[in-house]
Amino acid sequence: MDLAAAEQFAQMGKFIGAGLATMGLGGAGIGVGIVAGNFLSGALRNPSAAPSQMANFFVGIAFAEALGIFAFLIALLLMYAV
Amino acid sequence: MSEHESSGFQIHPMDQFLVKPLFGGDHIAWYTVTNVTMWMGIAVVVIAALLVLGTRRRAIIPSRSQSIAELLYGFIHNMVEEVTGHEGVKYFPYIMTLFLFVLFSNLLGILPMSYTTTSQVAVTVFLALSVFFGVTILGFVRNGAGFLGMFWVTSAPLAIRPMLAMIEVISYFVRPVSHSVRLAGNMMAGHAVVKVIAGFASLALVSPVVIGSITALLGLELLVAVVQAYVFTILTCVYLRDAVGGAHH
Repeated sequence: MDLAAAEQFAQMGKFIGAGLATMGLGGAGIGVGIVAGNFLSGALRNPSAAPSQMANFFVGIAFAEALGIFAFLIALLLMYAV
Repeated sequence: MSEHESSGFQIHPMDQFLVKPLFGGDHIAWYTVTNVTMWMGIAVVVIAALLVLGTRRRAIIPSRSQSIAELLYGFIHNMVEEVTGHEGVKYFPYIMTLFLFVLFSNLLGILPMSYTTTSQVAVTVFLALSVFFGVTILGFVRNGAGFLGMFWVTSAPLAIRPMLAMIEVISYFVRPVSHSVRLAGNMMAGHAVVKVIAGFASLALVSPVVIGSITALLGLELLVAVVQAYVFTILTCVYLRDAVGGAHH
């Protein structure tokens, strides 16, 4: 394989890898959905307690999202840094 | 891209994030005044104007700007007190500064032809690292070596504590990464989506739908801008709680 073909092959691998890495964001979507859904079902059972738990709700969403962000970060690194 | 030119579509969603020097030249050094610098400056000026003009005449019945300023102040003050506890209120000015800066950078970014400074990882990494180093230094100053007890989870069985400590250390050092990339990623992705949809407007058949969906997306962007500023601030409060409140969490 000559050099140009090898470089194109590496480029292809980069794009495929970046695309695969974005699948991790699906997990973040599931996690955020679970947090929001459970918050809503809890809040509808006891609406008076809901406002005091808003901070916990957002922190939970942020932590669930964090791991998806690492997948996104890997996609970005593959696209621009590798 | 030449293949874009030949087709009817003009979709360049990432062009809006280009950093350009304001006063000629292409060279960018650390002191170069770029469009990022300008929009950060505008954000600071807008915040200062809102707070200074809003509280100039402290009326019993607040004017519109005064009630906005009071609302923001009360909201963040409550949040700091609720999340970090009474000890954390000392650091309220820092949290308030962070919140207002991120909020107004996000909101100014929604304006047409403007630049979203918080979509730059360089900006958000600086903010997140300042929080990270600030919290770490504060933790050691306030608790001494006892701050390291945060990594030694005493409520867990002794056998798994070393492993938990390792995980805790990793998660501690990963904090600034997720803290910064969350904000930058959300702002960048939202604005890129708006530009991609806008690219379809050149197709006359779908352009009414495009205009409607851009309007809807910008409404969503407004929500995202506020929520991400809130999340950034509340995470700062959570991190600060570790330093202020000692080892429990």
